[in-house]
Amino acid sequence: MSDVSVKAALPPARLSVNAALPSQRVSSNVQWWREADVSVKLSMFWIMGCVIVAIVAQQIAPYDPAAIDLNARLQPPILLGGAWTHALGTDDLGRDVLSRLLYSVQITVAVAVAGTIISTSLGTLLGFLAAELGSAVDECITAFVDMQAAMPFMIVALLLIAVFGNSILLFVFVLGLYGWERHARVVRGAALTTRNHLYVIAARTYNASRIRIYRKHVLPSCLPTIVAGMTIGLTQIVLLEGTLSFLGLGIQPPMSSLGNMVGFGRGYLMTAWWIAVLPGLVIAATALALMLLSDFLRDRNWSANDRIKQ
Amino acid sequence: MISTLFRFTWIKLLRAALSIALMVTCVFVLLRSVGDPVTIFLGPDATPDMRIAYARELGLDKPILQQYLAYAENILHGSFGRSYIYHRDALTVVFDNLGATLTLMATSLALAVVMGLGAGIIAAMFRRKFVDRLVTIVSSVGLCVPAFFLALVLMLVFSIELRLLPTNGAQSWSSLILPAITVAAANSAVLARYTRTVLAEALDSPFMVAARTRDIPSWRILVHHALPNAAIPILTVLGLMVGGLVTGSIVVETVFSWPGIGNLFISSIGNRDIPVVQAIVILAGAVMVLTNLVVDVLYVVVDPRARRSDH
Repeated sequence: MSDVSVKAALPPARLSVNAALPSQRVSSNVQWWREADVSVKLSMFWIMGCVIVAIVAQQIAPYDPAAIDLNARLQPPILLGGAWTHALGTDDLGRDVLSRLLYSVQITVAVAVAGTIISTSLGTLLGFLAAELGSAVDECITAFVDMQAAMPFMIVALLLIAVFGNSILLFVFVLGLYGWERHARVVRGAALTTRNHLYVIAARTYNASRIRIYRKHVLPSCLPTIVAGMTIGLTQIVLLEGTLSFLGLGIQPPMSSLGNMVGFGRGYLMTAWWIAVLPGLVIAATALALMLLSDFLRDRNWSANDRIKQ
Repeated sequence: MISTLFRFTWIKLLRAALSIALMVTCVFVLLRSVGDPVTIFLGPDATPDMRIAYARELGLDKPILQQYLAYAENILHGSFGRSYIYHRDALTVVFDNLGATLTLMATSLALAVVMGLGAGIIAAMFRRKFVDRLVTIVSSVGLCVPAFFLALVLMLVFSIELRLLPTNGAQSWSSLILPAITVAAANSAVLARYTRTVLAEALDSPFMVAARTRDIPSWRILVHHALPNAAIPILTVLGLMVGGLVTGSIVVETVFSWPGIGNLFISSIGNRDIPVVQAIVILAGAVMVLTNLVVDVLYVVVDPRARRSDH
């Protein structure tokens, strides 16, 4: 009898929730841009610029990044009295720095995004498993999370590279392990809260499968937290990619990422400092933009949660 | 009260031991999954006689569980195999480089604490003023400039342009300056941001308002009321910073050719000198686990409330 009344009561409630959501989303989209600080807007433009460059690098690069021109070696950038033919100068083999920079942004963005997707998915999956299965599985995952959190990731990454050797696939995999423990911890916490919410309990009384509950209810509700975590992860993966490639343990020539360019330019600090400094500035600016964006997202999540509580 | 503290420490100690055991196991599985351990530990140019003797010593004819126990026992005895490059015991090679790394890390830690705490305290005292903005901007930039790039910029300015400081080696104290600043930069940025947040929270709490109404001078409020309350979280962050110091010194030692463990680590990876790599990884892991243990225990000594919750 009570079962019937619950079923009778639920559909209208569900309808009203569905009706309320889209309008809320529209208003928060507009508000979102208005709330953002100038620095956050600039960061978004920079990040969008990097993504666009990554997509169309082949089309907009003025030269082949590997083309050697021994007649135009070590030319300075335009601001230091160079010519427009090589706007950002050339390196000691006469390769155009601007073209190399564009191609390096492409590799860095591709590798960092792939790494972030892997690590977020892994962390989310483990976080959900720990939250849902509990007891021994939870203990086990938490123990691994604690161990990984105690160990500087750089050492783990270097060990994996030392043992398995260098390859781009392994490198992306290593980057994909970075930060999984942070995602797992945060997602586990979020899922533990969400799975006790009324709408999840309602779904469970309908005999919805665990997978369906997580796909349709828990995941969407945890998404803002996951996205904020992803931006932080992306910042750190960009920096780690740069560091490992700089040390010669990441992307291998003839491919080149921003870290590689800095590592290569290190040998020409005395004669042509721009070869190392320009890509270094791009890494720092990208990391800064991502950090500002992740701070903004985090603050927004917090205020959104406060609004719900009130 | 003492017994609670004792029990707490005991549990933490047990967990730390478990963490180290888990780490050693992971390294074992990793190394065993890649290839023949005899080749890994003796190197490619070992004679057949040596191989057979070493295989027997490692007990490779025995079941995998016994092999694992033998491996763990070896590590407990500090035997990580022989370095193929230096032809000496791997642990000895690591210890030869330990001094330089500790010097660098201690100097950077001191610098980071002075700069980070100082900047954080000033920013929290003058919130929303110019100094605060400056600290926030500089620390954000400090977090985002990767150590290897900062190292090159410092080298470019102070060594190549101004010719004040050497670019590499460890001949005199002046070669320590640039590496130490580079490692300290990111860590002090973390500390400054954190100190500012925590101290601002403490300064806003009701007991601070009460202290201010009692006309207590502001320096006294800071030293006797706000700082002790902010000390606990700052202590935790200091513990976490040791990880940042380890990572930072790996990169910075390589850039400045500082003869420490980080430099040895990178060159050993390049040479595939697995015994040395393994020794460094396990030692670094053990140091990190022990640091966390010390921080956890100190945390409880400082804050009695933490004893009640069992984590």
